[in-house]
Amino acid sequence: MAMNEQPIRSFDMVCEILDRYHKDSTKLIPILQDIQDQYSYLPEDIMTFVSTALGISSSTVYGVATFYAHFTLAPKGKHIIKVCDGTACHVKKSDLLLDVIEKELALDKNKKTTDDGLFTLETVACLGACGLAPVLVIDDKVHGLMTPETTLALIHQIKEAEKNEQN
Amino acid sequence: MNKIDLANHQKQFREVMEQYNARIVICGGTGCMANGAGEIIEAFHRILEEKGLKAAVAIAKEPADYYMVKSGCQGFCQMGPLVTIYPQEVLYVKVKECDVEEIIDKTLIGGEVIDRLLYRDEEDKGVSDMHQIPFYSKQKRTALKLCGFIDAEDIDEYIANGGYTSSENAVLSMTPEEVCQSMLESGLRGRGGGGFPTGKKWDLTRIQNSDIKYVICNGDEGDPGAFMDRCIMEGNPHSVIEGMIIAAKAIGGTEGYIYVRTEYPLAVERLKTALKHARENNILGKGIFGSSMDFDIHIMEGAGAFVCGEETALIASMEGRRGMPKPKPPFPAQNGLFGKPTVINNVETLASVPVILSMGPGKYATMGTAGSKGTKTFALTGNVAHTGLIEVPFGSTLREIVVDIGGGVIDNDGNNVGPDFKAVQIGGPSGGCLTQEHLDMPLDYETLTAIGAMVGSGGLVVMNQQTCMVQIARFFMQFTQNESCGKCVVCREGTRQMLNLLDDIIQGEATEDTLALLEELAHTVKIGSLCGLGKTAPNPILSTLRYFRKEYEDHVLRHHCPAGVCKAFLSYKVVSSLCKSCGLCAKKCPVNAISGEKGVPYVIDGERCIQCGACMDACKFHAVVLG
Repeated sequence: MAMNEQPIRSFDMVCEILDRYHKDSTKLIPILQDIQDQYSYLPEDIMTFVSTALGISSSTVYGVATFYAHFTLAPKGKHIIKVCDGTACHVKKSDLLLDVIEKELALDKNKKTTDDGLFTLETVACLGACGLAPVLVIDDKVHGLMTPETTLALIHQIKEAEKNEQN
Repeated sequence: MNKIDLANHQKQFREVMEQYNARIVICGGTGCMANGAGEIIEAFHRILEEKGLKAAVAIAKEPADYYMVKSGCQGFCQMGPLVTIYPQEVLYVKVKECDVEEIIDKTLIGGEVIDRLLYRDEEDKGVSDMHQIPFYSKQKRTALKLCGFIDAEDIDEYIANGGYTSSENAVLSMTPEEVCQSMLESGLRGRGGGGFPTGKKWDLTRIQNSDIKYVICNGDEGDPGAFMDRCIMEGNPHSVIEGMIIAAKAIGGTEGYIYVRTEYPLAVERLKTALKHARENNILGKGIFGSSMDFDIHIMEGAGAFVCGEETALIASMEGRRGMPKPKPPFPAQNGLFGKPTVINNVETLASVPVILSMGPGKYATMGTAGSKGTKTFALTGNVAHTGLIEVPFGSTLREIVVDIGGGVIDNDGNNVGPDFKAVQIGGPSGGCLTQEHLDMPLDYETLTAIGAMVGSGGLVVMNQQTCMVQIARFFMQFTQNESCGKCVVCREGTRQMLNLLDDIIQGEATEDTLALLEELAHTVKIGSLCGLGKTAPNPILSTLRYFRKEYEDHVLRHHCPAGVCKAFLSYKVVSSLCKSCGLCAKKCPVNAISGEKGVPYVIDGERCIQCGACMDACKFHAVVLG
């Protein structure tokens, strides 16, 4: 496991984050946010390390990590597709975009990341771009006024680019 | 630190502004940016430079011909990207990168108006004066006044427009009692949904005896379909900071926190910049405005939990715990963050505070209705011609909002059908729906509560006649079920069961008892939950049942969705006699569910079909039907 090969470097980074917040347990949320920024998710052994360092139980850390939607306990895909399901987008049929992406990438309600680790599909409540509904965001770029066809075209484009990169 | 001289700052700014021939304001709101506003800004710089001209971006720092501002959201998202040229106040809509050169040549250099880029009125005539555009002329932008006009990242612009004079005045020459009294006089009530009088809230915190007191700005705007607070934080962050300083003066606050949703990275960035500039100018920190008062503000990013919009849950989250609400009392005013007296106000409430003090509380109270004073921002979205961010006085009617400002309802075929909406959902997942019978009812806290809806934070979603109300109720229930923190059994299990019942109805599996069960459960959750989330979660169901009971009954008893939305009751079919075998439908189908060949009518595979309707739109011979 990669973690065992380089344990010192990994925990160095966590220690630095903990020191930034003076090992203050009331700062648990910003600490976990910073850790997730580094690792893209919250690895279990690091959560245990954090709980020991802060002097709180690991169940408290786990409880917080699972309570907030922003935290994820599993690594995410390379490209993150966020479909806005705010009210305005919903009224303008954002569910059709979700349907078509799920079919294309063989994902479902419980399976959010593709097996090849290329895509993660998420829904978000309102991106505040209601004038362009329905909206989806791929890797932080906002695409407005989407239809199932244009959505598929975008995904094909990324797949194509990935294929070219590999060759 | 030296005391900042606001008047001198203003004077200097004006002098600098005079050297520029024009001020170009480009909307940098999310909608306009997604439509290419960034490229337009680049094009302006590039083309101006090619012509040997120059536009300054940060005030005064360099001599230039023009001054260019990337503003916060101007609200008119549907017409974006927006470019406004001052002093002529010409608004160009739907501007493209290729239009920039013409704007520079004709308007900036030539001084003439380009008709084709203007907003078109009903008679298709270009409107050159932006104040004549109904979308703006019917609004009363108060809290949003500077939002979309000034550069959010430039403190000088805020000061030049009268910013920080209210807080300076409050800090230096008002007593805490006077500040509270002013808020009471203005009639300002919490804009986050609760509607509690702000002056009273402050006064309750003021009378507490404690050496440490906190001011928290609640920027955890989580309602799907609401983005007012985000626009204020992004477009005019200094107004929020100024409101917090005034609140601190009123309660004797020593430290402030702004709790922002992590989904709003731009708001976080803008607030951080604004805080830095305020500190540099002795507006925050030790001895602010040269007084003996110390006050500073920190930012805390939320981690994605809707329930944290509730005060006590927000406090739990700030203390590093799961965001679960606590019973009240004790109120945060007595026992808040880290056990200290705390005042928590919503972003829009705080942004209104400096405006109230500068215009005078008495004058502010002349706007609105008897019980609801002032103005309210709404995020107007859904099936309406002009979606966007608006601000109107309390007491405005739906007709004014939807028809005059919103430009009318749009049906699924893209036609403008005037005021003919099916429902307008107000207050998001906690609110209810309004129907045609409420078209001329003045909207305020009291009237909305009386009909089972609420002002809420300000989401206003217009739905046309082709919307299925059961689906809408399900949408909101899905949201609250997801966001229920799980502390109270009735909320945790009740929302799940209500969702299941709605799913039964939508999937055609409901029985005659379903509706009665749903209603009973809704009432139970309403009275049995601890916090606002659970107490209001059944509102969308109760409200749609109240006004659209027949639609529910159609689903349950007749297995029919009158709006033609619920997939269980419909399927797409090709009428063989009309099909010309052109294959266009098969080409358009995103899931390859349609097959056929030349000379033989095409068929749709019901198993694979996702009911998107692309085939129906594609077919020129109307051979694809719903049945």
